[in-house]
Amino acid sequence: MFEAIDLARFQFAFVVSFHIIFPAFTIGLASYLAVLEGLWLWKKEDRYLNLFNYWLKIFAIAFGMGVVSGIVMSYQFGTNWSVFSDKTGPVLGPLMGYEVLSAFFLEAGFLGIMLFGMNKVGKQLHFFATLMVAFGTFFSAFWILSVNSWMHTPAGFSINEVGQFVPEDWIQIIFNPSFPYRLVHMLMAAYLTTAFVVGAVGAWHLLKNNKNLCARTMLSMAMWMAAIVAPLQLVAGDMHGLNTLEYQPAKIAAMEGHYETKKGAPLILFGIPDDDAMEINSIVEIPKLGSMILKHDFDAEIKGLRDFPADEIPPAEIIFWSFRIMVGIGMAMIALGLWSLFLRFKNLFYSTRLFHQICLLMGPAGFIAVIAGWVTTEVGRQPFTVYGVLRTVDSVSPIDAPAVATSLLVFIVTYFLVFGAGTYYIFKQFSINPEQDKDATKKVGSLGVSLKLFDKA
Amino acid sequence: MSIELIWAIILSFAIFAYVVLDGFDLGIGINYPFIRSKWERDIAMNTVAPVWDGNETWLILGGGGLFAAFPLAYSVVLPALYVPLTAMLIGLILRGVAFEFRWKDKSKTQIWDKAFIIGSIGATFFQGVALGAFIQGIPIEGRAFNGDWWHWLSPFSIFTGIALVFGYGLLGSTWLIYKTENKTKRHMQMLGKRFFILTLLMILIVSLWTPYLHPEYFEKWFSYPRILYVLPVPLLVAISTVCCFRALIKNNDLQPFVWSIILFLLSFIGLMISIYPNIVPPSLDIWQAAAPKKSLQFLLVGVLIFMPIILVYTSFTYWVFRGKTKPDESYH
Repeated sequence: MFEAIDLARFQFAFVVSFHIIFPAFTIGLASYLAVLEGLWLWKKEDRYLNLFNYWLKIFAIAFGMGVVSGIVMSYQFGTNWSVFSDKTGPVLGPLMGYEVLSAFFLEAGFLGIMLFGMNKVGKQLHFFATLMVAFGTFFSAFWILSVNSWMHTPAGFSINEVGQFVPEDWIQIIFNPSFPYRLVHMLMAAYLTTAFVVGAVGAWHLLKNNKNLCARTMLSMAMWMAAIVAPLQLVAGDMHGLNTLEYQPAKIAAMEGHYETKKGAPLILFGIPDDDAMEINSIVEIPKLGSMILKHDFDAEIKGLRDFPADEIPPAEIIFWSFRIMVGIGMAMIALGLWSLFLRFKNLFYSTRLFHQICLLMGPAGFIAVIAGWVTTEVGRQPFTVYGVLRTVDSVSPIDAPAVATSLLVFIVTYFLVFGAGTYYIFKQFSINPEQDKDATKKVGSLGVSLKLFDKA
Repeated sequence: MSIELIWAIILSFAIFAYVVLDGFDLGIGINYPFIRSKWERDIAMNTVAPVWDGNETWLILGGGGLFAAFPLAYSVVLPALYVPLTAMLIGLILRGVAFEFRWKDKSKTQIWDKAFIIGSIGATFFQGVALGAFIQGIPIEGRAFNGDWWHWLSPFSIFTGIALVFGYGLLGSTWLIYKTENKTKRHMQMLGKRFFILTLLMILIVSLWTPYLHPEYFEKWFSYPRILYVLPVPLLVAISTVCCFRALIKNNDLQPFVWSIILFLLSFIGLMISIYPNIVPPSLDIWQAAAPKKSLQFLLVGVLIFMPIILVYTSFTYWVFRGKTKPDESYH
């Protein structure tokens, strides 16, 4: 039978993986909506309002699911990880408090106006509301990534007589060593995730009719994002990796599949790691490149997992793979971005069907990469919750296994039903042609703006 | 006043704000089974659609604030109330998504309306159960909850669960009296009166039951001279009851809602009196559970800066959507 701790870990992994899908999408989508509304106010072109109203409906569904799955998160810490909560509350609690105060209220407060208020408050104030929602998603990311980063690279604390972490320096706590890298990496990931969804929807409608102006606008905006941000993400990811090497070298060793300490370590592209035997059956590797990437020196020594204490290393069998999935998708995104530039240059951007088909295929890529990336960093932190200080086994609630098992089962069933339905409704919205979305143009009429559709086909 | 006490007051405020705001919001789901026509249901839903997100954020502030300011209380209470809180969360998920989903597929509106009803009633009931179990007391050993996962279950906790369903039902129906007109309003007035009588009955029973749970509670309410200090609470409840009833009879728009909130406030104050100076009855007090001063000070700055701003824009949103809700007010 499973122990309570295994079930609690699985439950946390399950609810947080489901949850991260929605913020990863809504952080990017809130900014995209702000850009669309801004462009509409500036250029007065109906296609931007059309797209705004189109994506607003999708935002509403995704945001709602993000809120309800997020409330679950704020209770998981207490129900399943009460010892962790007691110990870290004095440090992490205030950061989460700031998240609620500066982000959650801002998002929720202005979301109502953003969704329902166009006719009541006018264009300018409505745009302000959209901006506030977008800022809210950003502040939320700021604080929660600070919390998460502190668990990886704890700083600015002492430990009191009852074993609680006590804050000593808030600046060191908030801006802990891995935070800037993680924040930039995650924000870019959110932007890319959204861009690839928007691009896929644009591509889908272009495949049906490549004169569709709204679809063209979507694909074009999305691919500019991909072409610019995907390469930057590679740089940010690399810097994040170097930061991890400094503070969590065992995680890097597991990601790279390095069991043995080597001078001039290879870059293992593909292989089968075996945690029991502590060796990797490497199939494709490039000599010395591992040392070059990690230490910028072909002959540098890279410490392998065997030379860490056995009870302080994460499972390479998981994060070796999750890391490769993330990087592989990142490379595919860069390639697609470059291809898009080439097609634009050749004036084939809207007429190359294969390109549109691949854009469609890449629609969910961001979500997979985000989850794979989070698996890499979180599993890579094991066997600790607060790296090097508090072990996962010492963090769990004194709760009976059947309680955790039952709630886990209930969460799984509810999430699949509810979020399955939500995903279906989002896809239903995707299938509507943005140029003929009658609902989207109704609002235009009531604002006294032109009802004309851009049907130049 | 010590900073620990200030934090206890801030959290009480957040929890009370949650109870009122999500109370009428959940209360709409509790009234939903008695609202039959789709047209009326649409209006009822639209009275809260722009604000429900914000209302529920107070619950996160309550949870997050407890984690930050009283981490020991958070880590004792949540495992003790594991089952009712998980059930509450599931209810909140079901009803939360219904706000969007019910518009997305005309043939499935009924299903999501059912999810809205079950979710709202379930979330409220288990919130009430959690409250009852909390009042009964949570055994602690060392720094952890010391009991099994059915500890929350008792006749009292089940009763408070039912009581809260009627209470939020009253907030929901009086809110709808305020936000609707004509036939719908008359319908809600009828429901409001029923929920009012049921709520009153519940307040009475819970008030008489609670002092017998612990000798300390009894001491607070019935020993001389303490009884003189606490006497205003039942007196004010009696006055508010009369006022609320008159407002309901006179078909007043806003007053039934306001008096319902006052009834909730008085019940809440009564609860605070019973518990103080504990934060987790029967044995963990505010000072024992509090986080170190540095944590409390740091977040207090945030509360002082952000809370006024939050109150301003939250009021602004309510002001934008003021008045009677019209049938066509939806972006769907």
